[in-house]
Amino acid sequence: MTVAYWEEEIETLPRVGLESVQLSRLKNLVARVYKTVKPYRVKMDAAGVKPEDIKTLADLAKLPFTVKEDLRDNYPFGLFTVPLDEVVRVHASSGTTGKPTVVGYTAKDIKTWSNVMARALCCAGATKNDMVHNAYGYGLFTGGLGAHYGIERLGATAIPVSGGNSKRQITIMKDFGSTVLLSTPSYALNLADSMDAMGIDPKSLSLRIGIFGAEPWSENMRDEVERKLNLKATDIYGLSEVMGPGVAQECLHTERGMHISEDHFLPEIIDPDTGEVLPPGEKGELVFTTLTKEAFPIIRYRTKDISRLFYEPCACGRTLVRMEKITGRTDDMLIIRGVNVFPSQVEHVLMGVDGVEPHYQIVVDRDGNLDTMEVQVEVSEGFFSDEIRKLENLNKYIQMEIKDLLGVTCKVKLVEPKTIQRSEGKAQRVIDNRRI
Amino acid sequence: MLVEQIAVFLENKSGRLAEITAVLAENGVNIRALSVADTADFGILRLIVDKVEKAKEVLKANGFTVGKTDVIAVEVDDKTGGLARVLQCIKEASINVEYMYAFVNKTGENAVLIFRFEKMEEAITMLQNGGFTIISREQICAL
Repeated sequence: MTVAYWEEEIETLPRVGLESVQLSRLKNLVARVYKTVKPYRVKMDAAGVKPEDIKTLADLAKLPFTVKEDLRDNYPFGLFTVPLDEVVRVHASSGTTGKPTVVGYTAKDIKTWSNVMARALCCAGATKNDMVHNAYGYGLFTGGLGAHYGIERLGATAIPVSGGNSKRQITIMKDFGSTVLLSTPSYALNLADSMDAMGIDPKSLSLRIGIFGAEPWSENMRDEVERKLNLKATDIYGLSEVMGPGVAQECLHTERGMHISEDHFLPEIIDPDTGEVLPPGEKGELVFTTLTKEAFPIIRYRTKDISRLFYEPCACGRTLVRMEKITGRTDDMLIIRGVNVFPSQVEHVLMGVDGVEPHYQIVVDRDGNLDTMEVQVEVSEGFFSDEIRKLENLNKYIQMEIKDLLGVTCKVKLVEPKTIQRSEGKAQRVIDNRRI
Repeated sequence: MLVEQIAVFLENKSGRLAEITAVLAENGVNIRALSVADTADFGILRLIVDKVEKAKEVLKANGFTVGKTDVIAVEVDDKTGGLARVLQCIKEASINVEYMYAFVNKTGENAVLIFRFEKMEEAITMLQNGGFTIISREQICAL
């Protein structure tokens, strides 16, 4: 099989050349950010580092990290480097508490994003002849629109079907002849089950490639999706703070990890406890610096995702570094049906309800292929009522507030006091029964 | 005119009701009447007892969520139509019943109806005007 590249020159550039591109872009970025964004300038000054101190790629380690809290502290647009009239789009993802994390894009950023996403699609084996079924959610979430623009950039046909309504999804797949499926891996399995229920043989469909992301998944899950949907399943990585989908993508040698579009996103692996940069191949927290973004560049963003970086040449011919499938998190973030959920957000909702004390526990499970989340709340005297109706209304209210803030439907269960396990006096907030 | 009722939150787990009654028995609390309201996930146990404060204290000490609510106890003859007449009176004032339960007193002649109304004060007035016997806190403890 011949390998198709979207931008062969940059994707197969010898590392020396790639690194020189990265260094010149990094210097420009740091100078620009230092000049235009006060919070960055303040942090750099405090760390005693000036833009001119960046002389090699290794000097990146001198720069302070950026964390999600920085985004919250500068909500909504405080970290943008351009005036708002140059921003053509914003996206948002859930923050760790009430406020979402907002990111912005200039027209050029959208172009860059479309391009790296087209590169990702191409890397997975898609071409302009494909009918691409995009089941990522469209909206503030970067998944849907981010992938969409890449599909169009590639010249393939985009089916902007978005999430939900599996029966309709399958009818469309069948009637339109979808060849590439973009969704979360768990939703792909859900579609397989729906096909089974509808009596549709996946082999009768035209699906050939799956590009799955937005949640962690295992090699076992890959085997299952490939078997059940009769396609080649590949992993895609991205996060809104860095760009959105298309930051990294597996080539057809899926055992080797995802190629990072390094000319745009500079990765590092650090020790999450000390912040030290770790040598290639070692496991740690993934950190990204955007090299070309205009509206919302980010320097040394701590993703809290755990991965490894492999710089060895890949059989596909790409010289772009590969990142291992995400194997964990350094924080307590949960991914429920592709949506990021922090226990602190649930706590935030509960604290807002009169009389409710934050004695709660989140139980996550997988029912079939869909994640389920149950929030158990201890009933305290503050909101206990002898009327069923009042307690049920309260239950519904909490459910709605969580749905509003997190975008995830959950079940709320009222439990007796002290039923939630307390280990060493500290409550265990999350019980994840999923076996991924 | 109002009677105090104890309400206890119960998860639907086996043995919870047994535990509550055991705690009350150990502490010499006598249950006059009770009812359980239940949903798929939880229940509310409502109790009329002779020692309200004691009951509340010992249940709390045993880790239960306990509430105290005012209810109205109406005594009627244990005869056909006893409850119907009370409800008719309440219906005329368009007052909703949140919940109710009943027990028959020791002599077996009278039934005691325990009510929680949406509008408690209005209900008392209606019942008094209708000539019904409302039992006081002291009377119910003595029953």
